[in-house]
Amino acid sequence: MTDVPERASAVVIGAGIVGNSLVHHLALLGWKDLVLVDKGPLPNPGGSTGHASNFIFPVEYSKMMFELTRDSVEQYKELGTFTESGGIEIARVPERMTELRRRCTQARAWGIPAELITPDRVRKLVPYLDEEVILGGAYFPTVGVVDSLRAGTLMRERARQAGALSLLPGAEVTGIEVAGGRVRAVRTTEGEIETGNVAICCGVWSPRVAAMAGARLALSPIVHQMISVGPISLFAGTPGEIGYPIVRDMDAGMYERQHGGDMEVGSYAHRPILIAPDEIPSIAEAALSPTEMPFTSEDFDPQLAQALELMPELLGDEKAGIHYAINGLISMTPDGHPLLGELPGVRGLWAAAASWIKEGPGCGRAVAELMSGRVPTTDVHEANAARFHPVQETRSHARSRAAEGFNKMYGIVHPAEQWERDRPARVSPMHAAEEELGAVFFEAARWERPHWYSSNAPLLEKYAGRLMERPAEWDSRWWSPIINAEHLAMREAAGIFDLSSFVVLDVSGPGALAGAQSLCVAQIDVPVGRVVYTSMLDPDGGIRADLTVMRLAEDRFRFVTGAATGMSDKKWIADHLPADATLADLTSAQTTIGVWGPNARVILAAASGEEMSSHHYPFGKIGVVEIGGIVVLASRISYVGELGWELYAPMEQGARVWDAVRAAGKTRGLVPAGIGVYATTGRMEKGYRSYGAELTPDYTLVEAGMTRPRVKPQPFVGKEAYLAQRDAAPCALLCTLTVDSHRSADGTARYMLGGEPILTTDGERITDAKGRPSYVTSAGSGPSLGKHLLMAYLPAGLAVEGTPLLVEYLGERYPVTVAVAGSRPLFDPSNERVRA
Amino acid sequence: MEILVCVKRVPTVGGRITLTGDGLGVDTRMSGFTISPHEECAVEEAVRITERLGGTVSVLTLGPESAIEQLRGALALGAGRAVLLETDGREYGPIATATAIASEIGSRAAAEPGYDLALFGNEASDTGDYQVGIRVAHLLGWPVVTGIKSLDVSADGVVARREYRGVEEAYSLPLPAVVTVKEGLNLPRYPSLPGRLRAKRAPVERVEIKDVSLPEGLRKTRLRVPEGGTHQATVLGEGVAAVPELVRVLDELGILS
Repeated sequence: MTDVPERASAVVIGAGIVGNSLVHHLALLGWKDLVLVDKGPLPNPGGSTGHASNFIFPVEYSKMMFELTRDSVEQYKELGTFTESGGIEIARVPERMTELRRRCTQARAWGIPAELITPDRVRKLVPYLDEEVILGGAYFPTVGVVDSLRAGTLMRERARQAGALSLLPGAEVTGIEVAGGRVRAVRTTEGEIETGNVAICCGVWSPRVAAMAGARLALSPIVHQMISVGPISLFAGTPGEIGYPIVRDMDAGMYERQHGGDMEVGSYAHRPILIAPDEIPSIAEAALSPTEMPFTSEDFDPQLAQALELMPELLGDEKAGIHYAINGLISMTPDGHPLLGELPGVRGLWAAAASWIKEGPGCGRAVAELMSGRVPTTDVHEANAARFHPVQETRSHARSRAAEGFNKMYGIVHPAEQWERDRPARVSPMHAAEEELGAVFFEAARWERPHWYSSNAPLLEKYAGRLMERPAEWDSRWWSPIINAEHLAMREAAGIFDLSSFVVLDVSGPGALAGAQSLCVAQIDVPVGRVVYTSMLDPDGGIRADLTVMRLAEDRFRFVTGAATGMSDKKWIADHLPADATLADLTSAQTTIGVWGPNARVILAAASGEEMSSHHYPFGKIGVVEIGGIVVLASRISYVGELGWELYAPMEQGARVWDAVRAAGKTRGLVPAGIGVYATTGRMEKGYRSYGAELTPDYTLVEAGMTRPRVKPQPFVGKEAYLAQRDAAPCALLCTLTVDSHRSADGTARYMLGGEPILTTDGERITDAKGRPSYVTSAGSGPSLGKHLLMAYLPAGLAVEGTPLLVEYLGERYPVTVAVAGSRPLFDPSNERVRA
Repeated sequence: MEILVCVKRVPTVGGRITLTGDGLGVDTRMSGFTISPHEECAVEEAVRITERLGGTVSVLTLGPESAIEQLRGALALGAGRAVLLETDGREYGPIATATAIASEIGSRAAAEPGYDLALFGNEASDTGDYQVGIRVAHLLGWPVVTGIKSLDVSADGVVARREYRGVEEAYSLPLPAVVTVKEGLNLPRYPSLPGRLRAKRAPVERVEIKDVSLPEGLRKTRLRVPEGGTHQATVLGEGVAAVPELVRVLDELGILS
């Protein structure tokens, strides 16, 4: 064992695939004096890497997870630790065949080889499988297995050979010292190391280690059962580790994977078995390793019959014994994504956790880049370790989501599918009133947000013929034509929206203006009482955030951003403020109510008794009005393309404002409208972009069609890159496409939901000069236009209005046309309504 | 050949033992349960004998309902019948246990073709009493040998062998008989998938325990985990340079010869 170094540039805790990969990439980026600590021995210290089944399917619905996986496979290949075996996902029921079609379509979007195959073909590839019990399969020839322990060892050794790394196996971390909000030192059983950077790569133990620094990590260890059966006589002659494709028996929630002379059978079908991080046995106590817990056969037994049914001869061999069986611990987070980056509250405390084998090296690279102050090669904003609101990071919530998510692992999960358990957690002041209106609630950052209101069902008759109803069950799941009716009612009269989930961050102090200026692309030094719509950029010019900023006073600015990105934005803003500016999170103190539509003015004038004309209240103005006896901050801005206001009021007074506006709107056509209108139909007709869908660090403002005529003279993060982007021809442009025909092969009209690949009329996949694929970033109805709208980035050559293209949805292709190249709104192109 | 194998549900011991808060039990929350290696060999031996000679292996345990897990484990390996002498959670010492088992063997002999052979592990891996097999034989008036590492069974009787201080002892016993066996008797098989499925579906006979008086004379007051010997790891070297030293150590241990 190495002596304990007195100080280190960074202490990486955990020598699993992630920690090893992290030290490797840090060394490549020039870091010296790194220390890798693990309480266990090397090369297998006893974490989840040691018992992983080590196979990688490259297909993911999430672009980030796909890219992390792709990067990881490249790294495994470069290390000589990847073996391609191919893999097949099989279907036992018709719904699964449709799902596999969706998987193959997604694979096409990302450029992954995939094809739907018949049971006969499956049998040819996997001769021991009984094709009678399946309906077909999806074949992914680039699936493979890795040797993750060897890959970790090689990466660790490279860092060591570069003179950058000391190893400290057998040293357990007992404390992380924090002083003045910064990491100062790590205490281990072997001694203390002074350092400004600590990276938690501790897998299932990560929350426990984070707690040592007073931080929370929303991660729950959960059991994944696996058995190894052998010797399998058929495999006796197979050279190497694997000679047959891996089979994922999706409907049984199981996989079968050759491992040398054995067959490994794993399950995601058993009851969720949760273990608290503090209950994981120590290395000394564990019979095998801490994360290979005693097998509970009663949980696995129900799955045996299905495995046997699928592979009767091979697994039914009485001479093949179950000689290894574990309740293996793995990590799950509330949204299924890893936890990457610096944690809020403690500078220098980094996480690279909840990463599985398939994305481990990619996560290691991303966090090394973040630690080096770089913009990660792979956009990992959805995995930002700071993304959760405190209420999403509780132990009980992490456990609840892990338990509910576990059986979805091989499930058929609709893109809009809602969580069922552990709700409600955050409700707006209008919640009771909304329930009375039959609101259908969707969850965002644990807020209950009305997505549409059953009370608006009578509007269906009124707008019959214009509702763009979706006859296919899948397309209409988690959707209602009422959304489109609410949309039309808003465009005709007015809609009132509950936007309480807005994240409201007030920045104040002498340095507030300078801080805000340095973050925002738009000019923030506007008169007090103005609201500005702006982007924030990464240093390399990628789009970091999309929000509005109100100037409340000379030295006070209110940043308003969305629930999903709010906490990431909060950390980004806080990290960039000068010492003489402070940030206050007023999310739970302020409620927001939106009122938009042609009648919004008369309604608010009636509710407030004040003059709301454009002369007094032009677009972009914020002011104080009194509504229902409550002091309300009214901001004239719109995300739905209509005249109207965002109304900010203290949370406990919000219900009165809501009631007062509703009362004033009663005779003026005001309807309650849900997030279905606010976040999809309303904004898409106007070509408004959404952060995370169209706006991501992978694209620039120029490509998003959001270039402003002038660039402010003040410096801001990403300015140099932005100036360079403006001077160059963009290689892609965000477009709005309309679907020309919805008719599927069986005659049913189908409606895309987002994520689908855009193809040329010849059916060729489209990528731009940077290799970025064209796929649907957002999809939704445009009820006022009578068109189903898709947004997608297209290479410059195709981003021409009128260009005919195809979209592939569930394996079928539909004609589409580029309706807008850039950001011109399809609805009300001259913005007369917004400025009315 | 009708063979009875008696097994006991005990905590799995793979790592450091942790006691429950009251110091009266082993903390099994994270360790799980098993049967002793001796008993694993007894099950395997019984299955092999019946594979050769025909008959049935019955597996029996005395314990709480949760001990069915261990019965199913034996069923998966080829036992054909399982009997649970169900306890109510109270501690059964060797006298009570032997009484209950002997009573079950006796009642079976009265009703059906009785057992020809009863196999036990040499001692339980948790309490280490070394008594139950001998007591059962005594109560039944059957011959008994202990510590057996080789068994040769025919319709006429059993030849059982063991080694004692370098000397092999061979015993010839008429049937019915009790034999307690030790690890090393054979190499137990792993359960097959069809075996596990059969075990899952197989019925378990639950038998009420009668004529047993508890507690026995002994009472458990406290458990203590002895100080483990400190294991010192020696690094032999790194990489290829370590090979000669590694070979020397392996040779010294007799692994290479």
